[in-house]
Amino acid sequence: MASYSTNEFRSGLKILIDGDPFIIVENEFVKPGKGQAFNRVRIRNLKTGRVVDKTYKSGESVEAADVIDTEMQYLYSDGEFWHFMVPDTFEQYAADGHAVTEAKNWLKEQDHCQITLWNNVPLTVTPPNFVELKIVETDPGVRGDTAQGGVKPATLETGAVVKVPLFVEEGEVIRVDTRTGEYVSRVKD
Amino acid sequence: MGRAGPCWRPSASVDVMRLRAAVLRILRKWFEDRGVLEVETPVLSRAGASDPHLGNVSVQLDGQGYFLHTSPESAMKRLLAGGSGDIFQVCHVFRAGELGQKHNPEFTMLEWYRLGHSLEDMMTDVESLASELCGIRRPLVPFRRTRYRDLMRELAAVDPFTAAVPQLVDALERHGVALPAGTPPQRDELLDLLLAAVVEPALDPAQPVFVYHFPASQAALAQIRPGDPPVAERFELFLGGMEIANGFHELTDTDEQGRRFDRELARRAQQGDCVPPRDDALLAALEAGMPDCSGVALGLDRLLMYLADVDDIRDVLTFDLTRA
Repeated sequence: MASYSTNEFRSGLKILIDGDPFIIVENEFVKPGKGQAFNRVRIRNLKTGRVVDKTYKSGESVEAADVIDTEMQYLYSDGEFWHFMVPDTFEQYAADGHAVTEAKNWLKEQDHCQITLWNNVPLTVTPPNFVELKIVETDPGVRGDTAQGGVKPATLETGAVVKVPLFVEEGEVIRVDTRTGEYVSRVKD
Repeated sequence: MGRAGPCWRPSASVDVMRLRAAVLRILRKWFEDRGVLEVETPVLSRAGASDPHLGNVSVQLDGQGYFLHTSPESAMKRLLAGGSGDIFQVCHVFRAGELGQKHNPEFTMLEWYRLGHSLEDMMTDVESLASELCGIRRPLVPFRRTRYRDLMRELAAVDPFTAAVPQLVDALERHGVALPAGTPPQRDELLDLLLAAVVEPALDPAQPVFVYHFPASQAALAQIRPGDPPVAERFELFLGGMEIANGFHELTDTDEQGRRFDRELARRAQQGDCVPPRDDALLAALEAGMPDCSGVALGLDRLLMYLADVDDIRDVLTFDLTRA
């Protein structure tokens, strides 16, 4: 098994603790004038998303988590699994509901996503930062309200509900920032 | 995505480079006014650092192995034994594995020795010099002096001389510091973590503080003052949330020094670390007779961090490790 010395610690590094994959969010090297040095790290469990603090004596080693990020194309969902494909190799992967908790609201067939694989199994799915989705349901806009900056809920083709300006109509395609879930603009063909 | 090419640009601003030059100019004048001789000693050393907490950098030269010095201490003490009188040096030192916001494996150290100086005299020396250096940009308030024991009681709510391991563990947990994973920490390691993770961040960054009389188990190369409990005649200066300087009333006893070296080297072997040859040249110098003196090592880059009011050491280095 590969391992990392604390000397190699940096944010973004993926390590294995008690069988779970973690990503280092913050790494602080502390050392008294004459004495033991420590690495104080903040790490996020890639399975649960929970953030915890850990301390390591500098010089110790921690097992590396076999985690890689790959770009894949979203194919379809069968209700239980979400299926993705590596465009170059046509290799397919199935992600369970847990892996797409955050992403499923934004997954549109054929869009490219970042899949984090752990031991070759999808751990998390990250949608593109911006997606273009069609509005399938929203109340008709109220004339004359455009200047007030009012908003209304709109249901998108993926089932996600976002707030859109009053002038946006059903059937239109809008651009959404998946990191915040916010409306960005209308998309004109 | 392609890897970014090597960055040719300096890490430090021109302003900081000027500040460093001014600091060097002022400190040389300060030492000259006091009759302290500037010296240079080799960066290469046959004996590496024995301190198990220091990482040696080894190099090969014409088939012979050397270490880059982790501090000029040994060579400067040999100069003292050779009759140099008061001396100072500004040099680059090297410590493997020390990399972070306040650490660069290659950094600049100012080290000086004064014959006949007590630990208190040496703190006064440091206060005088640091005040003069900081006066050019961020004048310092009067220094505070506090015993290690009092400071730990005050800021970590624990007595470092009497607390057992479970009480130290308790103190760390109370302050929200995660305990070291992996091999079980020793008592001194828990004290080190308390100092670095609880006490240091709790100090007022604008208040220079001398912490003195460390536990005898953390004496390094300092004399131990007998008493109950015995204490190491050692101090550290904290400023800007950082340890800036470390001073000793220097150990001159050859046998005691030899025992400490052997103990440290044994600990290195036990930890599976590199075990450098023992520094027998220093032992021989002590045997020949090193005058009673105190010495201080001061991290010049960190002092510059305070002066320039920056919180990353890279901002005061012309080229940090990634650009070296």
